[in-house]
Amino acid sequence: MNVPIRSAFAAAAATVLAVASTASITGAAQAAWEPLKPVDFVIMAGKGGGADKMARLMQTIVEKHDLSSKPLIPINKPGGSGAEALIHLKQKAGDDHTIMVTLNSFYTTPLRQPALDVDIMTFTPVARMAEDTFLLWVHADSDINTVDEFVEAARAAGNDWIMAGTGKGQEDELLTTFLNNAYDLDMKYVPFKGGGRVAKELAGKNANSTVNNPSEQLGFYEAGKTRPIAAFTPERLELFSDAPTFLELDQDFVYFMQRSVVGAPGMSAEAAAFYQDLFAKVFASDEWQTYRHDKSLYGDLIAGDELKAYWQRERAIHEVMLKEIGEI
Amino acid sequence: MEILTHLLEGFGIAFLPLNLGLAIFGCLLGLFIGAMPGLGSVNGVAILLPLTFLVPPTSAVIFLGAIYYGAMYGGAISSIMLGIPGASTAVATTFDGRPLARKGMADRALVAAATASFVGGTISIVLFTMFAPPLAAVALVFGAPEEFALMLLAFATFIGLGGDDIPKTFFSILIGLVLSAVGLDIVSGQPRLIFFDIPGFFHGINFLVLAIGIYGIGEILWTIETSHKGIEVSQARLSIPRFVDSLRSLAGTAKTMVMGSFLGYFVGILPAAGATPGSLMAYGVAKSISKDPDSFGKGNVDGVVAPESANNAASTGSMLPMLTLGIPGSPTTAILLGGMVIWGLEPGPMLFIEHTDFVWGLIASLYAANLFALILNLAFIPAFIAVLRLPFTILAPVIFILCLVGGYAPTQDMHDVWLMFLFGVVGYLLRKLDYPMAPAVLAIVLGPLAETSMRQSLLIGHGSPAIFFERPISGAIMVVAIVLLALPLIRLVRRAVRRSADA
Repeated sequence: MNVPIRSAFAAAAATVLAVASTASITGAAQAAWEPLKPVDFVIMAGKGGGADKMARLMQTIVEKHDLSSKPLIPINKPGGSGAEALIHLKQKAGDDHTIMVTLNSFYTTPLRQPALDVDIMTFTPVARMAEDTFLLWVHADSDINTVDEFVEAARAAGNDWIMAGTGKGQEDELLTTFLNNAYDLDMKYVPFKGGGRVAKELAGKNANSTVNNPSEQLGFYEAGKTRPIAAFTPERLELFSDAPTFLELDQDFVYFMQRSVVGAPGMSAEAAAFYQDLFAKVFASDEWQTYRHDKSLYGDLIAGDELKAYWQRERAIHEVMLKEIGEI
Repeated sequence: MEILTHLLEGFGIAFLPLNLGLAIFGCLLGLFIGAMPGLGSVNGVAILLPLTFLVPPTSAVIFLGAIYYGAMYGGAISSIMLGIPGASTAVATTFDGRPLARKGMADRALVAAATASFVGGTISIVLFTMFAPPLAAVALVFGAPEEFALMLLAFATFIGLGGDDIPKTFFSILIGLVLSAVGLDIVSGQPRLIFFDIPGFFHGINFLVLAIGIYGIGEILWTIETSHKGIEVSQARLSIPRFVDSLRSLAGTAKTMVMGSFLGYFVGILPAAGATPGSLMAYGVAKSISKDPDSFGKGNVDGVVAPESANNAASTGSMLPMLTLGIPGSPTTAILLGGMVIWGLEPGPMLFIEHTDFVWGLIASLYAANLFALILNLAFIPAFIAVLRLPFTILAPVIFILCLVGGYAPTQDMHDVWLMFLFGVVGYLLRKLDYPMAPAVLAIVLGPLAETSMRQSLLIGHGSPAIFFERPISGAIMVVAIVLLALPLIRLVRRAVRRSADA
């Protein structure tokens, strides 16, 4: 099974290669630790969403290239905007066999719910695998092609305009509140479990708009059911080059979603090194690089203390955002 | 005609030696995985996924599909033989399967389960073949209000026409609903009902913990009590005449099989549901349309046939949203979805157009897997019966250990094992008081689905329940559900009128 790994390395971009090879050297030095039993691979979101699809891809890459002696077993814990998953991880403190795929509710849910008593800085940083992007979507049957038309239609509908999203106080609601404030709208936010379900609600015309990630809407977009009208990115996305960015529309708003892997608090240093090495290999694989490109993902691999510093920054940003919308 | 051409091509692919071999091997593995408590099709498919990288994607999905199918058959085995649901999808099968086995009619229950699974599988595959694209469109327009209406209908079937004591059924449902509310609030994320601040309650109460407690642990307690004057000897036997007789008696359940298949298939298609709610709902409906609802829960073959036909039909049904919408209809198809991404197939509306060989190869192999699962299952029945004839002193510890494994495996938390014991004892006591426990299991499975969809609907409808009646599909289902709920009241009034007329 060494051959595909090596060819994957060869194919990966030069920067990626540098990161991956240093990681594998440290990995070799600490080859002592390996999982003793199947690893719980907790997904902090519902089935069919961006986080879920990505987690399952990571799991299959690990299996395909035989990167771990024991399999990763994906478990969805979407309850309470990720609170269920955070509590689970907290309870697994000191466990070397529990890791989690996380997103931005990693910052917002503990901020909104101090009662959970979760301090994300105690969690073990493993790797940030990507930063996902957001677009504003409407149904392809609607007459809406531009943000101006969107604003006109949404304003006319008032609070009958349904914006479907993935949870309370989560990414989608932050973006909805941003749109409501920026354009003086009164859209109603309705949370569903998982971005896949949200995408389906729009395709089935049970919602008027969504702020899905590309991976979630791609299938419906290709089938001609939905249409992106603007992107929350610094530059236009290659995949949806007709959709302008909000920056072009003079709205200073850029928003990313982290796609990171985190370990239980108090995980042993050996185990943490193993998982960091493991996900560096996943990142360098052909499959992951292809997925990054096909789904318009941003963000390079960061790990360890660098990832912790990134969390610190992002948590501060989200704290400000939550205060602005009156959630905390 | 185009569909038939595609299907013929699909059969060409399914009957290639490699694919055929994988289908048979997958069925066999699935049967075992399904029969082991704590090991369901989800774990099976997750663990075996890596094996599939050695073969082409179509062969891989055929293998995993066969495991999924085999597990649906296998789940019934431990439900009937030991009273422990082998998989979540087989919970409803314990309701009547176990009482049948206690009466020495395990063979009849097993034959019924296998046959019903086969019929459910066949009907659902035909439906899949003929109507996949239009049904995907139905799944798409099914929003939160429709989902809630359907859940209400499921509750109504358990109350409305059942022969049980209505207040006791109601009480049982309420217990289930309260237990299903434990954990984190789905919409706001606030913790609810965290009894004594025990952290184990944060992840909610897994319904398998309740089901295994009531049916597994409760069953052991029950058997100990009823057999204290002498160890009960099971009269389970199997002979050719009994087998033929079992098959013949199934003719009377044809109606239930067809109902279970259609219902299961339809519920399976809905992205939020899956085979477990489908089989529970089929059980409820079978009971309400039965001429003899009182015998349900005491060993009615219809009570085995309904959930078994429904769970197989639902497993095919849940492939539909996965393939056409990219949204898995059940936990197992969620893992299949991950596999498809890495095989380079993008599930979603374009799959049927761009990868016809994959889609139709899969459908054709489902036909094949269904047939093999039936043959394998029937062939093993004598072996299962032999297990039942073991003395209770040997069987009881085995059941006990399987209960422990089944309760621990889903969350790997000892908290759940203690909870399971508690439910076992309480369930046993309630059973002595003639409380039906099946409605509680139904409520803990459907409660979270019903709650979420109700709150979403009310958000959309500005807090007004009118939204459930304004939309045509949900309105129609709501009316049926309300009529069903009102029936016992009407019956009560009628009885009172008659009594006063007599007097």
